[in-house]
Amino acid sequence: MLNLQEGAGECNQAMAAVIETIGLSKTYRTGFWKRKKGKALESLTLSVEEGEVFGFLGPNGAGKTTTLKLLMRIIRPTSGEASILGYSIGHPHVYSQVGYLPEQPYFYDYLTAEELLSYLGRLSGVPSKHLASRVTDLLKRAGLFEARSLQLRKFSKGMLQRIGLAQAVINDPKVLFLDEPFSGLDPIGRRELREMIQQLNRQGVTIFFSSHILSDLESLCNRYAILHQGRLLDSGKLEEALDRESQTIEVVAGGVRKEEALCLEDLVQDMTQIGDRVRFLVPREAGLTRIVETVERAGGKILTIHPVRPSLEEVFFRRIRVPSAAPSAISSAGMSGS
Amino acid sequence: MKVLWIAGNTFRENIRDKVLYNLVTVAFLLVGGALLLGELSIGYEMKIIIDIGMASVSLTGVLIAVFIGISLVQKEIEKRTIYNIVSKPVSRHQFLLGKFLGLLFTLAVNVSLMVMAIFAALIYLNGRWDWSFLNILPATLLIFMELVLVTALSLFFSSFSTPVLSAVFTLSLWVAGHFNNDFLSFAKLSKSPVAEFTCRLLYYLLPNFSNFDSNAAPTAIQQAGYLQTPEPVVLLAAFAYGSLYTVLLLAAAAGIFERRDFK
Repeated sequence: MLNLQEGAGECNQAMAAVIETIGLSKTYRTGFWKRKKGKALESLTLSVEEGEVFGFLGPNGAGKTTTLKLLMRIIRPTSGEASILGYSIGHPHVYSQVGYLPEQPYFYDYLTAEELLSYLGRLSGVPSKHLASRVTDLLKRAGLFEARSLQLRKFSKGMLQRIGLAQAVINDPKVLFLDEPFSGLDPIGRRELREMIQQLNRQGVTIFFSSHILSDLESLCNRYAILHQGRLLDSGKLEEALDRESQTIEVVAGGVRKEEALCLEDLVQDMTQIGDRVRFLVPREAGLTRIVETVERAGGKILTIHPVRPSLEEVFFRRIRVPSAAPSAISSAGMSGS
Repeated sequence: MKVLWIAGNTFRENIRDKVLYNLVTVAFLLVGGALLLGELSIGYEMKIIIDIGMASVSLTGVLIAVFIGISLVQKEIEKRTIYNIVSKPVSRHQFLLGKFLGLLFTLAVNVSLMVMAIFAALIYLNGRWDWSFLNILPATLLIFMELVLVTALSLFFSSFSTPVLSAVFTLSLWVAGHFNNDFLSFAKLSKSPVAEFTCRLLYYLLPNFSNFDSNAAPTAIQQAGYLQTPEPVVLLAAFAYGSLYTVLLLAAAAGIFERRDFK
């Protein structure tokens, strides 16, 4: 298992905005005379608090990568403001405290893994006396120690992703930006990365990441934002959103048979006999009282009542108004970065 | 310090780049050819070796300065390796300066190796080392200063243009710059005020590469051929001019680079 950072304390409970954008916009001018305008990001306002794992969702061209590039000062905003750790982006203080893994990272292929980490470590401001041990440590933790003298042109995609993560955390960052980190990884690589993100977060690192694999994102993030065509459609706490989006309630009753509850057919969406239990799926707006009364009258008892929560994928498709079953360019398994 | 790390990495990249080795091979072949040619020119063997050797130093240096110079930054943008640099606590002008110094270091190593090859050829002809061989060094320094300016031009053009156009612009200016003094002569001869103004403007605006060779009379390169050194004032003037022009070009490149988006 990867374990790329140590020495940080437990997750800080005090919440403070670590990443903040206010009306952040990016317009590209295209064409020979640069007269055509294309809006890549429109007035993005959001904030990410300390210790969060923030998931950034959106189909192709939504503006996710544009947002990350703006925060990493790879491109300049057309308007708006953004700050990281309380400093305006571009402030020299910011980038010694953040780590960044670009989408499909590419590194100097003439360097070895060890040379790359030493070089980027020096640029990140890692003190010379600690650099060699830090590089060795990271190479070991990333499972690349044996390949440390291999030029990066000989690295597989998974190995490049791991060296990318190692360079992103070389300076013990307080905030980590990951752009489509699960892209192209096999199931083992995805699981390792998930564990690494969780571990870093437990150590207090705030993580801001975009992903096209919604199931991974759902299992990791506390808060999310959905971006579509450069505009923010929704953002908030994942738990609250999933509860809010819940439209069905599951009632499980014991000591009762399906035939005894047939009078409820008009009320429930689905009724299933499982052993000596009956499972009712009830629309949220429907009255539960009649179900409870009917079950008790038949000599049974209610065992559980709980809302059936939708998946993040369902929430996502509802937000961008694309039916999840319909064939589309957007799919939960295969969206590439924007 | 970060500038030096970037310069060091650029040097390492250049050394591991096969193009550089090819150019050095071409230069060694030229010096070898000069040795053969020297055998045929009775009494002028050493002069021919120095002349062809210095021309090789200059030509290969300019080719490296232009073709590696234009890709210094462009390659980093195209391959997106620049993402890993600008997201670190490194300013864009530090990056640009580091890349520039890295290529200069490569050129310095290249020029030094070739000068050593010329010395070897001279010892071969002369039968022993002679301290007067060192008199070719001032001309070598002038060539290096010229290469500094060509590198700055390449970097300046590549900060806003495509690699092909940058190469065309840089090579055109390098050629035009060698005839820069002719613009002044045209201005003096011209009867049209517009033509005179244009010629004078071009004379002052374009980099004057003749400062590094034919401007000195007798020229530094010619003197080197006879193992003579130029006047110190010629060297100082050329260095002052080259340094000032280079600083202006780098400042302009940094200004453009600072506002640029890396897509």
